[in-house]
Amino acid sequence: MTHANALASRRSTKYWLLKGLTYLILALLTLLPFVWMLSASLKLNKDVFTFPIDWIPDQPRWANYSEIWTTIPLGLFIANTAKLSVIVTCLQLLTSSFGAYAFAKLHFKGRKVLFTTYVSTIAVPWQAYMVPQFIMMRSFHLNNTHLAIICLQAFSAFGVFMMRQFYLSIPDELCEAARIDGMSQYGIWARIMLPLSKPALSTLTIFTFVATWNDFLGPMIYLTETRLKTIQIGLRMFITQYSTEYGLIMAASVVALIPVLIIFLSLQKYFVQGIATAGLKG
Amino acid sequence: MASVTQVQARRTSSHRKRKLLDQLIAYSFIAPNFIGFAVFTLVPLVFALALSFMNWDGANSISFAGLDNFRRLFRDKVFIKALINTLVYTAATVPLTLVASLALALLLNSRIFARNFFRTVSFFPYVASLVAVAAVWNMLFSPSMGPVNMLLSKVFKVSAEDLPRWAADKDWAMTTVVMFSIWKYMGYYMVIFLAGLQNTNPELYEAAALDGANPQQKFWHVTLPQLRPTTFFVLMMLIITSFKVYDIIYNITQGGPGNATMVLVYYIYNTAFVSWDLGYASAISMVLFLLVLGITLLQFRGERHFDDI
Repeated sequence: MTHANALASRRSTKYWLLKGLTYLILALLTLLPFVWMLSASLKLNKDVFTFPIDWIPDQPRWANYSEIWTTIPLGLFIANTAKLSVIVTCLQLLTSSFGAYAFAKLHFKGRKVLFTTYVSTIAVPWQAYMVPQFIMMRSFHLNNTHLAIICLQAFSAFGVFMMRQFYLSIPDELCEAARIDGMSQYGIWARIMLPLSKPALSTLTIFTFVATWNDFLGPMIYLTETRLKTIQIGLRMFITQYSTEYGLIMAASVVALIPVLIIFLSLQKYFVQGIATAGLKG
Repeated sequence: MASVTQVQARRTSSHRKRKLLDQLIAYSFIAPNFIGFAVFTLVPLVFALALSFMNWDGANSISFAGLDNFRRLFRDKVFIKALINTLVYTAATVPLTLVASLALALLLNSRIFARNFFRTVSFFPYVASLVAVAAVWNMLFSPSMGPVNMLLSKVFKVSAEDLPRWAADKDWAMTTVVMFSIWKYMGYYMVIFLAGLQNTNPELYEAAALDGANPQQKFWHVTLPQLRPTTFFVLMMLIITSFKVYDIIYNITQGGPGNATMVLVYYIYNTAFVSWDLGYASAISMVLFLLVLGITLLQFRGERHFDDI
């Protein structure tokens, strides 16, 4: 009996140690690159690669953080990205929840065909039709405009699909009762469906916002003029032009990370829920 | 009598009007999204298929090419290299990310100290801007001065000529890209696995404990079978995203050195927007489309299979 207990406790100590060690490795693996980035962003170029690594520089060079705003139009890039992300997210929420209401609660001719078309295009990779899409946008004179990115991102089939799935879970009786009370379909959408679908709307908001904020290939194809660039391709341009300004590159990268991290940390719950339930976006 | 039929006729006509109005209201809900969707997605999709049978540089006149663009694929060494690289990248990334994210989920599902902190932290690489973290990665793995190689040479005493040159070496470039991809995306799939673990049946664990199962046995015979639908879903998602990889490659290796990390989407981009060979770029796009379509059909069949159980 005591022998068995000793064995069990020895195994649990070993188990505990192993687990602790795994955690340590995990935390180091995921966090160290970020810590290194922060530390390098406060150094002179010549000190970035000293070894052993000087994690906390003796004289942090805060000037890196003031210089980046004048070396590249970082403020403009951030403003462009924020503008695009906000507009795309608003349009996406509006058109998706609007369309989804019809698919979930209204009866009309061609509903099945239309919905099948929507769902089957979710599976088609955007990369497979980005070339003709660009040609078409160019013929509308939309290349090198922010409108191109907005048109590209604002009408996703995925958004409609996700909102529809959520609306299906809202009982039809609720809408019928409102109909009998004389409410119009638009009124039902605005005053019943929208307030009830807050969780789904939050999920869609975060997904769209982060996807637009971090999008790379779209802005790279459409926005070639510096004044229009988003933070992603602006940062990329900076890295290519000033490849040896290590301290500045790291400072700019830290700045580029912060907005999305704030959004993520404040809406984390919805983010995780979204991936877990409906968040099946590739 | 006459007035009764008139009233009836008026009624049916007003009923018809009512129905028509309902239909119109329904269409008005769909229209804003559908118009945008049709113009910016459906039209280009059809256009893409048509374009793959044409020759066009986007400026001069367009001409019919028949199957020439598709025949060209078989002779094009860069295309074949890109296709193989995409498959190699997929074959390496998918199983490794799957195992890493499952391990991470199992670890963070157990009762441990600061669990939420660790969950948040492991999600950081996914939300962080790819350009920014790729810049850090490139510095960490810089062949001559990066901390990783410094560690290998100073601490592990790897000789200078044996040090991997990571993204700059054609034999190591793909490995570097794959490592980055796993690091960046394992947190995302971990969340899906965590959701799957939440749905497992606790009674089965109690039964297994009564039968005296050890943790390994519980994992293989209780956890894993219950996670099968989740694992299948993650697997399909991973394969599809791997087929479409572009931004990671662009920010770590730019497809190089040589064509060592040239992948399909990168080649589509170069063919279209650098060489302006639009018809041929569309033919390559069709290959990508078929690859993704194949996996999607597999996914539909698999999901039906899991629904039946």
